[in-house]
Amino acid sequence: MATVRLQREDFDVAAEQRKLSDGRPDIGAVVTFTGICRGGEGADAISSMTLEHYPGMAEEEVARHVAEAESRWALKGVTVIHRYGKLVPGDNIVLVVTASAHRGDAFAAAEFLMDYLKTSAPFWKREERAGQAAWVEAKSQDDAAAARWTLSVRGREAAE
Amino acid sequence: MKVLYFAWVRERIGKTEETVEPPAHVRTVGDLVGWLTARGEEYAHAFENPKVIRAAIDRTHVKPEAALAGAREIAFFPPMTGG
Repeated sequence: MATVRLQREDFDVAAEQRKLSDGRPDIGAVVTFTGICRGGEGADAISSMTLEHYPGMAEEEVARHVAEAESRWALKGVTVIHRYGKLVPGDNIVLVVTASAHRGDAFAAAEFLMDYLKTSAPFWKREERAGQAAWVEAKSQDDAAAARWTLSVRGREAAE
Repeated sequence: MKVLYFAWVRERIGKTEETVEPPAHVRTVGDLVGWLTARGEEYAHAFENPKVIRAAIDRTHVKPEAALAGAREIAFFPPMTGG
């Protein structure tokens, strides 16, 4: 049972975790990851950040990766919430909650989902500092982080 | 077909979306980028470095060689920076 939500509003990490695990004696592990808007320091400090997204595709792309995570790991529940609109340092940006019987599946699935959210979910960050706005550039290490999941599938196939 | 633009691609072109009727020889996503580029300076500016342009057909990521046949909605945007 997966939940995917895109919203302007903040989310409550503890409440989202309870929604997944309450009354579920089959769940023995819950991993929550929260991405937070960084402020930066000195001349690099940002005053705010605006997240643009592609409505429709963003939900579908996240749901595709949630389905893939569910097929690769023994998950008992997944929740992904991604905010859009204007955020200030300290604000929550994204929440990934994964639940499983044992910790390994929940840890791996949460990391997989975050790596793919960064590189393939259609969201774009624009940072505002001292009256100037600039789009955040994609990082090659994020592509590399996402690619290792593909490589691990290829490695597994090659071994079979 | 409907074309959507996001982030700095949208800012450079100055539109969030438009409907275009490219000629028959425009068969792929890459062809469409070339055809749009010739429409004006704002398009040429947006598409000046095709390597950093990403595209989706009907809300699914595609490569430049993807065929446009049957596409209803094409989107162009920079590499994604969510999460």
